[in-house]
This record gives sequence, structure tokens and C-alpha cells, in this order.
Amino acid sequence: MYEELKDLGFIVITVALDRSAGDARPWIEAAQPTHPALIDMAHVLADLYNMVNVPTILWIDERGRIVRPNDVAFGDDRFRAMTGLDAAKHLDALRAWVRDGARPFTDDQVRALQARPSAADQEARAFFGLGEWLYEQGRAEAAARHFARAGELAPHDFTIRRGTMRMVGLDPMGPEFRAMYREWTQAGHPYYRPLP
Amino acid sequence: MDKDTATAHSFVLIDAGHPLAVAVVVNGGQVWLPADAVKAALGWELKPEGLCRGDVCVPVPASSPITTGDGIDLAGLAGLLRRPLALDLEERAAYLGAPAADRGAALASLDAPDFTLPDLEGRAHTLSEHRGKKVLLVAYASW
Repeated sequence: MYEELKDLGFIVITVALDRSAGDARPWIEAAQPTHPALIDMAHVLADLYNMVNVPTILWIDERGRIVRPNDVAFGDDRFRAMTGLDAAKHLDALRAWVRDGARPFTDDQVRALQARPSAADQEARAFFGLGEWLYEQGRAEAAARHFARAGELAPHDFTIRRGTMRMVGLDPMGPEFRAMYREWTQAGHPYYRPLP
Repeated sequence: MDKDTATAHSFVLIDAGHPLAVAVVVNGGQVWLPADAVKAALGWELKPEGLCRGDVCVPVPASSPITTGDGIDLAGLAGLLRRPLALDLEERAAYLGAPAADRGAALASLDAPDFTLPDLEGRAHTLSEHRGKKVLLVAYASW
């Protein structure tokens, strides 16, 4: 997709919200990207853009304006059975925007579709930030306490709840994640929140 | 240790991701930052009109002073600035986050918040370097 569109004034920037460069490296090396592939251990992007799960995509135009707010889209249909999302729908809309300038939303619609952070969301990010710093200092037990607090403050924030699992010795694909997912969805909450 | 006894400690204050070493006084669960460190590190200074940075002043309510002879109270400072605070007294570290209102206003402006992050080789990339192009920003993770 990127190769097809990159000569049309278009660039992809990928950001891995990962514990370490080492966690992201196999993914990046397998993809051999020709676009910037960045690492964000401190979740700078999640804080700035109020991202609470991955994948999250946004479209930003030539003037640096957000024209599609946080949305869920996958590059292919590998996870379709779980997500119910059709990758082609996003790719078709993306092609129409890059090739023809077709914007999916007006500015007012973008604002209406944005989720803005609550005080609890930002407090959770402060506890995540303290935990992440302590983890980097080798203070894993102290870090785990702050990750737990962050998850209580923002139970919908899976960049925290799932994204810290490796740092507390849990497998983010394992039984603890499946139990977290089941509990969350059975309570009636969506795990992914795609735009309508 | 008597909790009412003031003791001096080295302390790390992480200001929106940037760690700063400061000498603090811990007293009864409160962390007092030296006024000169608050000015040097965060840019805020106590003046008669309130807590000021540049031309901006935040009034300090007389009912909840944030300063004593020991310095400026960290939790009080965070509250006045409406910044979330995560504090770990045992680890001698605290994280001052970004106010929800600031983040929300920035998003509502629709100007994409700028960031600089490294790639695998450690090269820094900044979003705004790509002005003039349409950008698909993709956040993902290995987890």
C-alpha cells in the first residue's frame, strides 16, 4: 500500500508502543519498511493523542491538521475473526484521500468523533510514566505497583493494562490477557472502538 | 523515623518524561521542593501575585498555601497547575503529567501534536518534518 501511494505526497509513520526496542525489532525488521518506523517506550504518542489501544491510526494532512481522528484499522484481515473489521474499507478510504483529496469528515465531525482524555486518564498516564521510569532503573517491583494503579484509574486503557504485562512478568497473549479481555467485553465494553 | 521530622533527600522529579534530580525535604508524607529548583526545572516562581511563569500567574489561595520555609509543596504545586502527580516516597521519585484540559484543547484545535521519537538505529524523527505530505500515523505494538 505504501509503495503504491508514496510518490503521491504521502508518508506512513509507524510507532511501536513497546517495552523496548528489542520487542519491536523483529516486527520492524520483518516488514523492512521504507518509511520511519519509530519506538515509543514511554508512550509519548498515547499521551499526546489519547490513545488507549493498538492499533490506532490517524490521518494528518499537508498542513499538519488532523483529518481522521483516532481510529482502529488493520493493514490486512489476519485478525478479522476477532475484530470484525474489514481492512479494505480503511485502505479504500485512504487511497481516495491520498489520490483525490477526499476527506472523510469535516472539522466539526472530526472534533465530535475525538475522545478527549479525562483527569483519570491523565493520572493513569502519570502512574504509567513513573512505573516505566522505575522499570528502566531496575525497580521492577515498584514499577508493578504503579502500573496496577494506572490500570485501576483507566481500565479502558489497554496501552497500560496490556502494554505493561511483559514488564510485570505476564504474557500479553496468554491466559491473563484472555481473562482481562473476557472480563472487559462481557461487561459490555468494546475492546476496539472503530469510528462509525 | 519520626514522620514529623523533616529530612533532606535526593529525589527525581520526572517532568512529562524528563527526569530531573532535585534535593527535597520530606516531612510527614509531603515533598518540599526548593523554590529555586522549581524555577530552574519547571519555570514557575512564587511571587506576591501567585505562582508565575513568564506573564502567566496562577493565584495561590490563602486557604491552601503551597510554601513554607522548607520550599514548595509538590502535591500543592501539581494541584495548582492541574497536573496529575504520581508520587513514590519510598523510591524518592515522582511523575508530573500533562493536564487533561491541555491535552483535550490541543486535540480539539485539530493541529496534530508534534513529537520526536527514535527509530531502531536511534535516529530522531519529528512529525512536523513531514509538513507538505499527507501522513498516515500508525501506533501498534508487539503485545
